[in-house]
Amino acid sequence: MKNIRLLKDRFLSKAFLTLTILSIFTVVLIGLGLFYKSLPLLHSTSLWNLLSSSEWKPFKETFGFYPFIVGTFWVTGIAIIIALPLSMLTAIYLSEYANIRVRKLVLPLIELLSGIPPVLFGVWGVLVIVPLIQDRIAPYFIEFTTGYSVLAGGIVLAIMIFPLIISILIEVFDNVPQELRDASSALGATQWQTTKKVLLRKSVDGIIASVVLAISRAFGETIAVLMVCGNLAQVPKSVFDSGYPLPALIANNYGEMMSIPMYDSALMFAALLLFVIIFLFNAISRIILFRIEKRTN
Amino acid sequence: MIIQPHISIQNLNVHIGENHILKNINLDIPDKKVTSLIGPSGCGKTTLLKTMNRLLDRQTDVRVEGKVLVDGENIYDPKVEVTHIRKKMGLLSQRPFPLPMNIYDNIAYGQRIHGNNNKKDLDEIVEKHLRGVNLWDEVKDRLKSPATRLSIGQQQRLCLARGLAIEPEIILGDEPTSALDPISTQHIEELFLQLKEKYTIVLVTHILRQARRVSDYIGFVYMGEIIEFGPTEEILLNPKEKLTRDYVKGFLS
Amino acid sequence: MRKTEENIFKFLMILSTIIISSTLFLILYTIFSRGVGSLSWNMISKIPEGGFYIGKGGGILNAIIGSVYITFGSTLLGLLVSIPIVIYINVYAKKNSLLANITRLSYDILFGIPSIVYGAFGFAIMVYMGLKTSLLAGIITVTLMIIPILVRAIDEVVRVVPEDMSNSVYSLGGTRYETAKILLRQSIPGIITAILLSFGRAIGDAACVLFTAGFTDSIPTSLDQPAATLPLSIFFQLSSPIQEVQNRAYAAATILTIIVLIISIAAKIASKNLSKNII
Repeated sequence: MKNIRLLKDRFLSKAFLTLTILSIFTVVLIGLGLFYKSLPLLHSTSLWNLLSSSEWKPFKETFGFYPFIVGTFWVTGIAIIIALPLSMLTAIYLSEYANIRVRKLVLPLIELLSGIPPVLFGVWGVLVIVPLIQDRIAPYFIEFTTGYSVLAGGIVLAIMIFPLIISILIEVFDNVPQELRDASSALGATQWQTTKKVLLRKSVDGIIASVVLAISRAFGETIAVLMVCGNLAQVPKSVFDSGYPLPALIANNYGEMMSIPMYDSALMFAALLLFVIIFLFNAISRIILFRIEKRTN
Repeated sequence: MIIQPHISIQNLNVHIGENHILKNINLDIPDKKVTSLIGPSGCGKTTLLKTMNRLLDRQTDVRVEGKVLVDGENIYDPKVEVTHIRKKMGLLSQRPFPLPMNIYDNIAYGQRIHGNNNKKDLDEIVEKHLRGVNLWDEVKDRLKSPATRLSIGQQQRLCLARGLAIEPEIILGDEPTSALDPISTQHIEELFLQLKEKYTIVLVTHILRQARRVSDYIGFVYMGEIIEFGPTEEILLNPKEKLTRDYVKGFLS
Repeated sequence: MRKTEENIFKFLMILSTIIISSTLFLILYTIFSRGVGSLSWNMISKIPEGGFYIGKGGGILNAIIGSVYITFGSTLLGLLVSIPIVIYINVYAKKNSLLANITRLSYDILFGIPSIVYGAFGFAIMVYMGLKTSLLAGIITVTLMIIPILVRAIDEVVRVVPEDMSNSVYSLGGTRYETAKILLRQSIPGIITAILLSFGRAIGDAACVLFTAGFTDSIPTSLDQPAATLPLSIFFQLSSPIQEVQNRAYAAATILTIIVLIISIAAKIASKNLSKNII
């Protein structure tokens, strides 16, 4: 009996270790799998051409990803520009100013927002943001737009990344020792001065990490962006132009993937691009956050 | 002075990371007596206690050198099965930690994992040990309710009973009364006095009065070393070392 | 001057908080107000009939059932993988060991990989193994996506169980496996929250299943048949130019919203109330 217990313990130790190590390799496996599927394309066209060419003619086996990469940057950029100031002000308010009741009311709402599926953000974007841009905002600037634009994508994405930025920032702010704030207040600083001079300065790396993480989240968002972005393979000239981010490209064309030569390889290459960028961004920001946590402990 | 050692610590050195936590410890814990380890906080007395049932094993960067003999067997011998060692000792920690189950199952847990599933047998064991810690009358009607509903003093007695139910030879207490109110503390101390008839007890405490009330022997630990070891009265009233004298001065005044 | 700056920023902060908090209600209001009108019993009790996508009768039972299969299947598979991993890094591995830290970092990164990449990867594997789009392929791909969610959420609760709890079990002569069982028991509320979190992600995901589960108007009866899912059903119906079909998309969105809200609120309640036996 005693031996069976100990054997079981030892066996499970080995089994769980194997599983843990294998599971870590999923990251590597995803990268390798996508790379393997992109090889045919990489053999036929140089990497530089793929990234810099604007010519997208699948039937001629010409694949230039430039418009899609630029489209991705547009929506992501717009999303960050909108989301960062709003999220930062909210996070500062919740962690420094608001009393516990406000915090307990608002945080669950933000948490709930993070649980809403992307497709519902897309539906909402189609119903509210697209007509809003078409009828109310764009007419001040240009003659005509359908509203399906990189701006619409950026706004919808901004709302989707609010919860991520806020939750990380609150954690970062909570890690700043109270003594520092007290020291500043004791010197006669107002609360905002303390926030500006102590809190934000101490949290620079955490803020960077949250932005990088938010960028990588925005980069990969698919369905919601796909539904409001217009999906024209062009380089957008203004925020009211349609764009075609990489994830939308993959999702929109998977149906024909096997019917056109090299097309599957091209879409897998798009996925590989996303994977590599997001992997790097994630790794950087997680390592920063890991250090912050270690420093406070 | 002839003492029959139950646990014999020989040339024990413990490093955690860069820090030399315990330095060349030699200590014989006498059989069926209460031995208190006293000393300022951070002196290494809790670490010393944890080396006796190898609870340090799970920490990273720990290096243990030397021998700890229990019943003449070196528990740091690689061939030794650690669960077998620990079964010989009951542990009482600073705060009580009842397992997430009901009162009955808490006491029966140790027996069950060691293979005893006989209902009648377990019933007897549970009653015997709850009586042993004077808890039976308080809980006999609610054995199936969660152990966390008990008061903290009751929880600590439950944890003691849980440890006794695996029929150990040794009880290790790591400041077991530090979270308790005065009445519960008194309960536990009285129990220790009863239990030393049958068990060897090692108690880490920073309360000198408690050490005096319950222990037969005292070891004074300071900066990772055993400064002095001897019978309670001798250490408290007539210490040989200056360091010990300085530390117990507070007690005398 | 100092006072003015203080007040301006305080005003901006409160304004941002209000804007961000109100987006949730704005989204819910928009979807409900457009969807509730088209909601009917047929929607949730029937599968699409002939001409469904040009506005004829039927419902989206196929998508509801498909989503339920995928959600439950992937969460179950996900738990079978995640719990041993969490146990390994918290009980078997030493505290803060290199392996535990690498595992945590990898899962933080995997958590950030978007579902479209999991979908594309799942598709690559499918093609490699000669599988067709099917319920099974969908479940496996969604499982890959939610394992990081489960590992992170369960690790977070198991990690904070006080060390004295495991020491109690060890001191009774317990093995590491027996200690792990106690730690899991202690973490039940957190595990349930993690499960509900994973339900929410699995049922709402579209990009993963787009490649791997396919879409069909019938209810799958075995693992090798394709399966419809709610998000995709909304997505496809919304791209139709016909008003009735679009209205049904809004109704389907309302159904998905209600399901997700129930799951989120259940998660909140679970994490609050399930603490019997727990310190």
